[in-house]
Amino acid sequence: MAKEIERQVVIPGEVIAKGNNYLPGEGTEKNGDEIVALRYGLSEESNKLVKVIALSGVYQPRRGNTVIGKVEGLTFNGWILNVGASENAFLPLSEVPRFVAKGELADVFDIGDLVMGKIVGVNGRGIDITVKARGLGRVDGGMIMEVNPNKVPRIIGKEGSMISLIKNETGCNITVGQNGFVWIQGKKVEDELFVRKAINFVSEKSYLQGLTEEVQKWFDKEKGGKKK
Amino acid sequence: MAKDYKRDDGRKFDELREMKAKVGVVDNADGSAMFSFGDTVAIAAVYGPKKMHPQHQQNPEKGTLRCNYNMVSFSVEDRIRPGPSRRSTEISKVTEWALEPVLMIKDYPNMVIDVHISIIQASASTRCAGINAAALALAHAGIPMKNLVSSLSVGKIDKQLVVDVNKFEDSVFDEGEGATDIPFTFTGDGKITHLQLDGKISKDQFMEAMNLAKEGAKKVYEVQKKALKESLN
Repeated sequence: MAKEIERQVVIPGEVIAKGNNYLPGEGTEKNGDEIVALRYGLSEESNKLVKVIALSGVYQPRRGNTVIGKVEGLTFNGWILNVGASENAFLPLSEVPRFVAKGELADVFDIGDLVMGKIVGVNGRGIDITVKARGLGRVDGGMIMEVNPNKVPRIIGKEGSMISLIKNETGCNITVGQNGFVWIQGKKVEDELFVRKAINFVSEKSYLQGLTEEVQKWFDKEKGGKKK
Repeated sequence: MAKDYKRDDGRKFDELREMKAKVGVVDNADGSAMFSFGDTVAIAAVYGPKKMHPQHQQNPEKGTLRCNYNMVSFSVEDRIRPGPSRRSTEISKVTEWALEPVLMIKDYPNMVIDVHISIIQASASTRCAGINAAALALAHAGIPMKNLVSSLSVGKIDKQLVVDVNKFEDSVFDEGEGATDIPFTFTGDGKITHLQLDGKISKDQFMEAMNLAKEGAKKVYEVQKKALKESLN
């Protein structure tokens, strides 16, 4: 009976759906029998659940997110990382899978280094990070770019479709942190710059539907232009 | 006098100046917007939510909104002394009060949302333009809000009520009863979050002014809505 709600841009206070057929999800509120948007973004409906996908704003850290952070300080028992969230993250010595001698923390991660880590918890005091897992640790070589953290799901795509498309097209290795930092490793700097261009294209067009096909077209065009 | 008063820019009494709104004008900010009423141009930039510093100002119960209204020195004909003044600190505070009722900042304890409003060209109604720009910028920054707010001023020029006062009506006009201006801020569903009035006005005329403002605020809201929706295309 209830008809599908089209995906559209909504502003705070806008009524997305009326009637009791829908449930309010993330970024929405139930007001009487109306579902009202609380954030600026794209409204989406799935299984009667209406939610608003944010398009802008600062990174909201969640447990389990893989992030790339910059070392901003050393303490006697760990490192302070900036992950682009509203507060700094802490990587304790005990969460590093190797022996570190006292006072030699700078040998492992020094100020200014980029570290890939996983968020183990977010509490009132701050964000806790670990590097005890495969693939985590210092970011070495390649190139780092920053995108809006709200666009990360679009860059990855459904089940990684977008990111694997970019990987296949350019032959670069790409790691996307949930906080919007993207680590690109390629054989040549030109390849890495090309990936950066592609990712910028994706984040600019992130509101489009069927974006993966659009990006495929973009690649065909860019590559065709290059050969000439 | 009241019957034959004509506005110096030829507008009707309930006609607003041309409004322009744009979202995403400051690249470095987390959210930003520009709003203009004719020659009055305001730019708002939002930073945050971020940790409040100094620490003693942190509120562990809810987030804090911090507004900063600033008229740049070249915004008026005679250069104004840059920096905070009595007037700008007051307007900053009033802007905070106008915006806070729609903001849902209880989920951001110990944090602050900074809103910097710069008036780059002033021709009356600057606080209204500032509030409109700030509301857009906050929405653009992805801050949860119950609704947008739309602000505009109603003036009493001698005995005639006009909407969206301009420079002449605000500071030059001085006949009969003189000029009084009343800035209003409404939420998208017509509730008042801010109202200022210094001057004399009868109760009946005030109610009339409020209804005029309510109608005008709808037009402002449409402009804001359009700006947000079109920023993606």
